[in-house]
Amino acid sequence: MDGGYYRSKQVIAFLVPALVFFLAFNTYPLIEAFRMSFYNWNIVRPENSQFVGLANYMKAFSDPIFWTSMKNTVLYALVTVPAQMALGLLVAMFLNFNLPGTKVFRTIYYLPVISSWVVVSLLFRYLFNGEAGLVNYILVDLLQIFPSYVSWFRNASTALFVIMLLGIWKGVGWSMVIFLAGLQGIPTELREASMIDGASSGQHFWQVVLPILRPTMGFVAIMLVIGGFNVFTSVFLVTGGGPLHRTEVLLTYMYYQGFERLNFGYGAALSYILGIIIFVISVIQLRLFQKPVEM
Amino acid sequence: MKKQSFWSRTLIYLLLLGGALLSTIPFLFMLSTSFKEHSYVFELPPRFIPENPTLSNYIQAWTWNNFELYFTNSFVVSLVTTLIVLIVASMLAFAFARFRFWGKNILYYLILSSLMVPSMMLIIPQFILAKNLRLLNSLPGLVFVYVAMNVAVSTFLLRGFFESLPRELEDATRMDGGGFFTIFFRIVLPLSKPSLATVTVFTFLFGWDEFVWALTAINQQSRLTLPVAIHSFHGAHQTQWGLVFAASMFAIAPVLIAFVLLQRHFIQGLTSGAIKG
Repeated sequence: MDGGYYRSKQVIAFLVPALVFFLAFNTYPLIEAFRMSFYNWNIVRPENSQFVGLANYMKAFSDPIFWTSMKNTVLYALVTVPAQMALGLLVAMFLNFNLPGTKVFRTIYYLPVISSWVVVSLLFRYLFNGEAGLVNYILVDLLQIFPSYVSWFRNASTALFVIMLLGIWKGVGWSMVIFLAGLQGIPTELREASMIDGASSGQHFWQVVLPILRPTMGFVAIMLVIGGFNVFTSVFLVTGGGPLHRTEVLLTYMYYQGFERLNFGYGAALSYILGIIIFVISVIQLRLFQKPVEM
Repeated sequence: MKKQSFWSRTLIYLLLLGGALLSTIPFLFMLSTSFKEHSYVFELPPRFIPENPTLSNYIQAWTWNNFELYFTNSFVVSLVTTLIVLIVASMLAFAFARFRFWGKNILYYLILSSLMVPSMMLIIPQFILAKNLRLLNSLPGLVFVYVAMNVAVSTFLLRGFFESLPRELEDATRMDGGGFFTIFFRIVLPLSKPSLATVTVFTFLFGWDEFVWALTAINQQSRLTLPVAIHSFHGAHQTQWGLVFAASMFAIAPVLIAFVLLQRHFIQGLTSGAIKG
């Protein structure tokens, strides 16, 4: 015993099984991807791969499709993260009134979260079908908002719109759960105290609830931004990056370079660019949300 | 707390109901389409209750190209992944919760920081590694990578739980000459059922839904898992949405049922960040 901890060589037996999997299929690939990103990788004879220094990274910066995919990824995060947070918080506040039936609503809002990305991506393709999809029917025939059916996937901006909508639709339930857990941690006495001080509900929300939720918001924001930059399956299945690579995001483009064009070195460099971006943004966010709260 | 007035209650319910409809209508429409004959799939106006509902999509989807086999593959891969993760992650978590050893903190943060690394960053080297180990086109190749992808989050969750367990029983067992394995298997694990259940739920769900690695590592028809099979099913039957959705129902119905039954564990998985959208 040592400060409440055991000290024994036998600990190795507890460490090794997990570490074998982790080091072999997680740590090693991470290091290997870094190394590969400096090579013009030869798939048939890896030992003949040619060291090219930073050329793969330079190539990315002069590759217009890389910039398109970067722009789309950032746009995706910029649109879907705030939307999921705002809607998630809104629903969580409604559920936090604890009206009868709340649990049923909570269950329903989770359904998209736990459903497979593959299934919901195909589902959105069907709903947004250009000829006779449900969405076109509602918008054109029922509500008469648009004069004629929209070919959602023919055009990059409408296709991206559908993909972002899918991301928000699938994600709201997740941030709702986290916010609800945060809200339930706020003692009800605080609301009473605000009322005694004559604060309106709005003042109470902005000046009491939001500051308390700050760490929760930080957690949700970081997770959602990471998730947003990692968007892949929905784009891959809904548009496949098309038409003409115009809806490509970083990961679909990386996958295209890696497994369609078999440019493993370039693909590895693209994945490291994404990893570095996510790392930097996460560190900045951690700093932002860790700042002490002025009250 | 002040009771809401009748009108604000009604407003809250209406808004909640609106959101609930938006969440469920796509699924209901999918369910309805899965019972439609092909000629009704794009009928105008669309109907929620199918005219002449039919089970033929389900029968055709199930018998198409060994769909049954893909279902089994998915089940086996998810089950074996879950079992391995439960064993190795709880052992690792026990080591972190109860032992002091050289390099402990560095190792722990190394494992935790992997949660920030996009898993697709690893996919090209993982592919080469699997190829060299002759794990491509094999279910173990899927399992090993899935285990590695779930070790970190499971260890994190279990370590927290183990540390919250009272020490008296363990120390008493130790005094009586019980080894660490006795403590681990006889005392710690039986007390940890709730968090083991949480790990089970989200690891199984991970294996069941995982798409990218399975798409990359599996080429051979007989080794496909459900998500990839549905994807290729869609490729082969572009416009036959009734069929595609019947196949999809086979994949998501078990998840939805499990979700309703085991909600608590899903929510724990969600709040710990293990299941993100």
